[in-house]
Amino acid sequence: MGLDINTKKAKKNAWRISKKRGFGASRVRVPGGYCDAKVLGMVQEISQKYGNGYVHLTTRQGFEIEGIHLEDMEEVNKLLQPVIEKVGINQNAEDKDKGYSASGTRNISACIGNNVCPFANYDTATLARRIDKEIFPNDLHFKVACTGCSNDCAKARMHDFGIIGMTMPQYDPNRCVSCNACVKGCQSLSVGALRMDNYKIVRDEEKCIGCGVCITKCPTRAWTRSQKKYYKLTIMGRTGKKNPRLGKDFLIWADEENIVKIIKNTYNFVEDNISPNAPARKEHIGYIIDRVGFEKFKEYALKDVELLPETIMNKTVYWDGIHFDNQH
Amino acid sequence: MGYRFSKEKMDEIFSKLSEDFDVFAPVVKKGDGTFSDEDVVRYDKVHSLDEIEFEKKSDYSFKEILLPINETVFYFTEDETIVPKKPEKERLVFLRSCDIHAVKRLDEIYLKNGFEDFYYDRIRKMTKFVLMGCSNSCETGFCASLGTNKCDNYDLYLKCTEGEVFVDVKDEELKKAFESGEKKDVNPDFVSENPTKVTLPKNITKDTMQSGLFKEYGSRCIKCGRCNFVCPTCTCFSMQDIFYKDNEKNGERRRVWASCQVDGYSQIAGGHEFRQDNSDRMRFKVMHKIYDFEKRFGYTMCVGCGRCDDVCPEYISYSTLINKLSKEGE
Repeated sequence: MGLDINTKKAKKNAWRISKKRGFGASRVRVPGGYCDAKVLGMVQEISQKYGNGYVHLTTRQGFEIEGIHLEDMEEVNKLLQPVIEKVGINQNAEDKDKGYSASGTRNISACIGNNVCPFANYDTATLARRIDKEIFPNDLHFKVACTGCSNDCAKARMHDFGIIGMTMPQYDPNRCVSCNACVKGCQSLSVGALRMDNYKIVRDEEKCIGCGVCITKCPTRAWTRSQKKYYKLTIMGRTGKKNPRLGKDFLIWADEENIVKIIKNTYNFVEDNISPNAPARKEHIGYIIDRVGFEKFKEYALKDVELLPETIMNKTVYWDGIHFDNQH
Repeated sequence: MGYRFSKEKMDEIFSKLSEDFDVFAPVVKKGDGTFSDEDVVRYDKVHSLDEIEFEKKSDYSFKEILLPINETVFYFTEDETIVPKKPEKERLVFLRSCDIHAVKRLDEIYLKNGFEDFYYDRIRKMTKFVLMGCSNSCETGFCASLGTNKCDNYDLYLKCTEGEVFVDVKDEELKKAFESGEKKDVNPDFVSENPTKVTLPKNITKDTMQSGLFKEYGSRCIKCGRCNFVCPTCTCFSMQDIFYKDNEKNGERRRVWASCQVDGYSQIAGGHEFRQDNSDRMRFKVMHKIYDFEKRFGYTMCVGCGRCDDVCPEYISYSTLINKLSKEGE
């Protein structure tokens, strides 16, 4: 008797149907790539009991437990339950023991963030988990990444939404000893937004990207971080076959609440504007915007959003990237 | 004279004191550390005991209260100079035993080194010192090795416990404020040993200058000057003349903290810099702390607070370096 599997359903249930007939892989979502080390043991157990003993650490910071016979999906889903609970994934009561209840919206990835990294301006994993709570489960194809600073180690600009940590440098001239460490640091590691005038530092506000290098270089605490945390929201970066491109700055000096709101609002935009021909309802948001226009996107995205007075919004955004889809 | 007070009573007294005095103490500055979501403990004006950080050693020392990071020496116009007024109120400064020993070093340089520095002197005369005890040693300090773990030249000792405050008043002027308390023998908490132990080199000769240790540590140093800026005994400053932008005939002269590790410190007119190499700067600093100062004034400069070890971004441990130097000289 042939194997009878609803592959569409299995894919939404975070299973990959692999190229080897009869076998799949379980895609374990770990928001922010941050988890209790006990999860590793749980993944190991599944891999050794049902898989081929190997695990792929995915590009989106999950695990893909490979070589699982598709007949074992139900059993493996049961074993995934403690993993889902440990990493704090949303789950409806009726979905208990049934694995991940959606897969379209991808795992929110994050750099290591300010728990560890001296450059990071915020706790990326915590924000990733928060956003995951807000938007999962959902089958629309969204990619979100959180990165601690403008170095963008998380490649946030390759995502539909990239959240880049910023800090508004605070300068106390009374603590400044004119040592130039910040000026040199900004010049060599960042954008060269600082100069010295009359032995004190002048910050070019237009140029400054809020990376925080001046603060980490300052030996006297003349430079400190703003109490408020700020973010840059880059939008509609993507990989893919047609027109891969880097995300562009939409908001600069934005706050967490509004960014979360904008991401959630965008789900309504996609619901209403996705191409009816999109295979498995999967269409990069950027292509939808290319088709219906940026103004339309903004109408949806900015619903109930009241930006901070200091937030800079780029009213129009143009993307470039590489075009493989030109018709001529 | 020692007294015991309830916390509430002491809060009243403190509130009154902070009207008569500017009170400076270590304070936790939330989020103001070098890295994101990290705090820094540094000195600031306080109005209540609760604002004071009694547990953690301050990252930056008290010295900025006696010796402001930026101090305007005078303002000038085309035909006159004006010296800024001294602060209005007398000041109380909370500090630990090691730092009280550091005050002696600052006095040595600014009051007893040939002439009295006008600016230091006038603030120093307005300052009383409040000892904060150390019930436990910090990790990196080595006060016991240098004999700076104890002191008796404080004006006031103050210790907060659960619901109660103990003081020992020595200063006549301050005594009045505490007379209402219940009399009690109060002895300051001093540590008698530290986890970090340091042996000062005994046989420093000209050969010590050639030690490979300075090369090794110098090659690790990034010349940021943090060790000098946190040090309670570093006293160097440089001068800055500022010409106001909208009328460059007016301006001010400031003196600003300087660091022997930072570029420019040993530069002279014409651009020559005596100690360009990091290892020369490292040698200069270390030898000054453990040899040159002593040769001139009869006692070691370093008080063993350990702040330089705590702050160094390159994990250069001054105390380890000193111990290695001692071993070399044996």
